[in-house]
Amino acid sequence: MQARTAWKPSRSAAGGAWRSALRAAVRYRWFYLMMIPGLLYYLIYHYLPMAGLIIAFQNYSLRGGIFGSEWVGFKNFETIFSTPEFYRLMRNTLVISVYRILFNMLPDVLLALLLNEIRIAWFKRTIQTVTYGPYFLSWVIVYGLTVAFLAQESGVVNHYIREWGGTPINFLASSEWFRPILILTDIWKNTGYGAIIYLAALATINPELYEAAVVDGAGRWRQMWHITLPGLRDVFILLLILRIGHILDAGFDQVYIFLNSRVYNVGDIIDTWVFRRGLEELEFSVAAATNLFKSVIGFVLVIGANKLAKKMTGSGIW
Amino acid sequence: MLRFKTKADKWIDGIIYTVLAVFGLMTLFPLYYVVVMSLTPYSEVLRNGGFVLLPTALTLDAFETILSSRVVPRAFQVTVFVALAGTLLNLTVTTLLAYPLSKKFIPGRNAVLLALVFTMLFSGGLIPLYLVVRATGLTNTLWALIVPGLVSTFNLLIMKTYFENLPAEVEEAAKVDGCGDVQTLVRIVLPLSAPIMATLGLFYGVNHWNAYFPGIMYLRDKSLYPLQVVLRNMIQTPNISQELAVNNPLLVQTLPPETIKMAAVVVAIVPVMVIYPFLQRYFIRGMLLGSIKG
Repeated sequence: MQARTAWKPSRSAAGGAWRSALRAAVRYRWFYLMMIPGLLYYLIYHYLPMAGLIIAFQNYSLRGGIFGSEWVGFKNFETIFSTPEFYRLMRNTLVISVYRILFNMLPDVLLALLLNEIRIAWFKRTIQTVTYGPYFLSWVIVYGLTVAFLAQESGVVNHYIREWGGTPINFLASSEWFRPILILTDIWKNTGYGAIIYLAALATINPELYEAAVVDGAGRWRQMWHITLPGLRDVFILLLILRIGHILDAGFDQVYIFLNSRVYNVGDIIDTWVFRRGLEELEFSVAAATNLFKSVIGFVLVIGANKLAKKMTGSGIW
Repeated sequence: MLRFKTKADKWIDGIIYTVLAVFGLMTLFPLYYVVVMSLTPYSEVLRNGGFVLLPTALTLDAFETILSSRVVPRAFQVTVFVALAGTLLNLTVTTLLAYPLSKKFIPGRNAVLLALVFTMLFSGGLIPLYLVVRATGLTNTLWALIVPGLVSTFNLLIMKTYFENLPAEVEEAAKVDGCGDVQTLVRIVLPLSAPIMATLGLFYGVNHWNAYFPGIMYLRDKSLYPLQVVLRNMIQTPNISQELAVNNPLLVQTLPPETIKMAAVVVAIVPVMVIYPFLQRYFIRGMLLGSIKG
């Protein structure tokens, strides 16, 4: 077995290994050449940024660059952890993530379960086609739709609030409404997509199980409890654990697009803060330090989550 | 519990059908409503106190305004270009990397795969990426919308799995006939890969169409802004009708800003809707492919 990489055999390797590596390099040269553009891409736009995280330990300035900027050790991390803002960011990130786990995962399962009960093919197909559609629309478009419904002056909802004698609410700038809006629009956009993976799991359940259950006199509820739900258990746990692994993400795309300064207290998450601090205020090092903190925790969580998934379901994500 | 449908069962069925129908309508309604908003003349909006569900008259004024403005058509062009050129490059580089990685006999394959999968678990984050994009001279060019996302590791793994599952005999036969590795890829493997190319092409294409962040991160020049960036700016601008309809002051009075904003939203939705039948067909297949571990 040639386990070693072809182009860099270890120094202790015997001449034979050298030769066989060289032979492989010549023999598979076209394969290696094909890989060059892709590997360069990964090197430059994935691994170079990882190396670039060392600016978290500098006081980085665009003028000085990585090599000309001052080293400051852990000062940036001290800055982050000593700002009261940081705890607000952590809280918002965790709360929004937990909301998403609670209120976005269950509709996915529910939609799949309901669709699974449908025997009329065209009805099932139509509902699936319709609910799956919004997944492909961008968050900017969903934001546009949200404005159409919730804007203070022109939104439909406020139109009715006024009509019924209430005071219009500026939903998108309201601390009470911001998080529910995130969740509701997420349900609207992604439930149809989320249901597909559960439907695929349901399709693999052996129909004989249901037939046997019917023979044994099991009704609808018992069938669901003893056959359908156990069939979804593994997928559900896997997706749950995956989400827990990404708990510090909280959906940057959506949050950034919906966010405005009046709801920072409930909606500002780690990623949106990093974006503003780094790219708008050009405090690259503080932002990169936050990035590093988040990436390390995220990495540990994903690895841990995968271990847990393997223990609970017998198969991990990889 | 009985084997046959009881009265309770029928009731439950009724409830299930109703719930699904309501959810379906709730999904469709916002889309219907923006289309109506973008087409309803202002006079009718005023007459109905701001909310029209079934307009008795339609007007294309809002669409004429945004299409005759410079901003939206230019952004549309940018995005169409990025989506086409970007997807072509995405597929090319992904294929060139996925094909060798699908050959288990190539020395170094496992190390490369490990390095690629690692990027799914750990990343440098926004700031270092921005600095690299800036250092490689892409900022303020359309390349910044294409190159930093050239290969999606997820798509790469799907394609690799697809190549691995192609029958090995076909390629071996080509080798016997004297085809080189590159020739085999181009003449034998690619023609067999139409379904995966279509699937991943749509994955990449939709991502380009919907991309917002590369635009605001890397571009300063407003004439390069892609559609989603222009769209969000329009939604945020209170007096958008004045800005867009400068040449036609009459129109400004008859066109409320909401109508123009929603017309812009519709312009961004339509292309996605047009390719939706393909998306639906290939995406589900792709997702199921993706769940097969390579």
